[in-house]
Amino acid sequence: MFKESIKMALENLVSNKMRSFLTMLGIIIGVGSVIALITIVSGATSTVTDQVASMGANTVTIQIQGTPLKQGLTQGDVNKISEIKNITGVSPTISGITAVASNDNSMEEISLQGKNDVYFKNTEDVISSGRIISPIDLENKSRVALIGTDIVDELYAGKSPLGQEIKIGGITYTVIGVLAESDSFASSDTNSSVMIPYTTAMGVVGAKYINSMTVFIDDEAMAVATTQEIEANLKKAFNGNTDGYNIVNMQSILDTIDSMTSILSMMLGGIASISLVVGGIGIMNMMLVSVTERTSEIGLRKALGAEPKQIQMQFLIESVVLSIIGGIIGFIIGVVLAYVVAMIIGTGFTLKASSVILAVGFSAGIGIVFGFTPARKASRLNPIDALRSI
Amino acid sequence: MPEKILDMKDLVKTYIMGDEEQVVLKGINLEINRGDFVSVLGPSGSGKTTLMNIIGCLDVPTSGAYHLSGELIRDLPESALSHIRNREIGFIFQQFQLLPRLSAQKNVELPLIYAGVPEKERHERSAAILERVGLGEKMKNRPNQLSGGQQQRVAIARALVTEPTILLADEPTGALDQKTGHQIMDLFHELYLEGKTIIMITHDEDVAKNGSRIVRIIDGNLSEGVYNV
Repeated sequence: MFKESIKMALENLVSNKMRSFLTMLGIIIGVGSVIALITIVSGATSTVTDQVASMGANTVTIQIQGTPLKQGLTQGDVNKISEIKNITGVSPTISGITAVASNDNSMEEISLQGKNDVYFKNTEDVISSGRIISPIDLENKSRVALIGTDIVDELYAGKSPLGQEIKIGGITYTVIGVLAESDSFASSDTNSSVMIPYTTAMGVVGAKYINSMTVFIDDEAMAVATTQEIEANLKKAFNGNTDGYNIVNMQSILDTIDSMTSILSMMLGGIASISLVVGGIGIMNMMLVSVTERTSEIGLRKALGAEPKQIQMQFLIESVVLSIIGGIIGFIIGVVLAYVVAMIIGTGFTLKASSVILAVGFSAGIGIVFGFTPARKASRLNPIDALRSI
Repeated sequence: MPEKILDMKDLVKTYIMGDEEQVVLKGINLEINRGDFVSVLGPSGSGKTTLMNIIGCLDVPTSGAYHLSGELIRDLPESALSHIRNREIGFIFQQFQLLPRLSAQKNVELPLIYAGVPEKERHERSAAILERVGLGEKMKNRPNQLSGGQQQRVAIARALVTEPTILLADEPTGALDQKTGHQIMDLFHELYLEGKTIIMITHDEDVAKNGSRIVRIIDGNLSEGVYNV
């Protein structure tokens, strides 16, 4: 009986192709837009979180604003932090803007970054050739530099600059390495940066204190506890004044992004699902018309021995089949749309299994909810009246 | 000893039309034996359609008793009446009432679906019965590809396929020309000779004469007419 009902439903839908299609359109648009939005948002989310995670979920960034009494951290303060358990290293950063020059050419407005060996050891793919800054460089405040690819192109016409001299802020350094080319999505553009030992940089920019650093933690699970310990340490260093510093844990950024995008996708999905309701009303309307048109068929079926519940089941199956087909078409369109959008804006494309279940389940649910009233109406027709209406 | 399969005693059917109570059937007494071919003859408005609906278990009497195959037909739940109709009655309608989207064979299979007969058996039985009514070649045709007479044969096959107790025909020749009507009546006669029980409702005296028994219904009262043996 069930199999027969599905067959009859399909036959009926095929015999009214245009009407079936127009009725399904509401569901197609509804499911399509919900799936497209959810997939686009989740793809974009995973791209953003991947990028944030690539900066290191096991890193803590400390920014020092300073207080009137203490303008920044001393080397001693930094050493204390690096002694905290689970911390593998501390990378202070000294930033500035400078000008660079070779014998042939010069460049203005170049980002100068003072780093240490810890930074290079904990950051993947940071150099493309040469060597990194060594503890000895830091100790000696050596005048050595790693330079970005744009600078290599500009000052050395793309030739290997290793061992060459470079003037940074008028002082001569030796180029020891080339920084890896960064893509446009990276957190900071290193292509037109120079990196020198931070101890050297402090002297160059005239900094007495360290105002920015990244702390590396060996165990992501300990990130929160370690962050608290760093905070306690800083609070002590600033004599209890918590306005002097700011600690950013990557994990907490990830969590914030996650919760924001899930709210966003729920909101967008919610708006799109309004069209699902509209689609459902379309199905209800068509089923009511269908019941009226097929009154004599219903009467005949009853005369031949169909029970009311069998009539109800037949019409319910028709509306469910209609909406599930619409849901499947809508799902395909939504996925294609999401894929095209992901290609255009360059984010990731991830299709969740849950969205297939969502699309099919939702459309089946709509078929049942909006098909119920027409099916019930059909089942309650009096066979005598129904047969008479020829 | 003939087997009594239909027994009506003092059957009354009243309809409430607004404030007015309208008595359509005024105490019908009717007995039909297995193998009878009974014509119920009456003009329009005589109550013959109401009588047919009650015989066909589409409606139930207001008072009196109606036994079909020994079972009392009363105000049962609709699903129970559906089962009785499926088992006991083979309907043949004036307008054939075939489903236009289905092939002749699928139309014949409909009552078997509701009887819960498996698909393979449905195919065999429907094919055999269509062969019997002379439509073995037209099983895959849809109703609009068949003539009126052929359509009525499909409808007869559909009525026969469940092997019901009674074939209940409502003006079976009403929508057909005279020649085709005669052919259908010939088929009825054959079925009668095979021992089928047939009740035929008609307003046409000539058609009614095909029956082995004629009962007349006038203004809600039944009277036994001429035997045409």
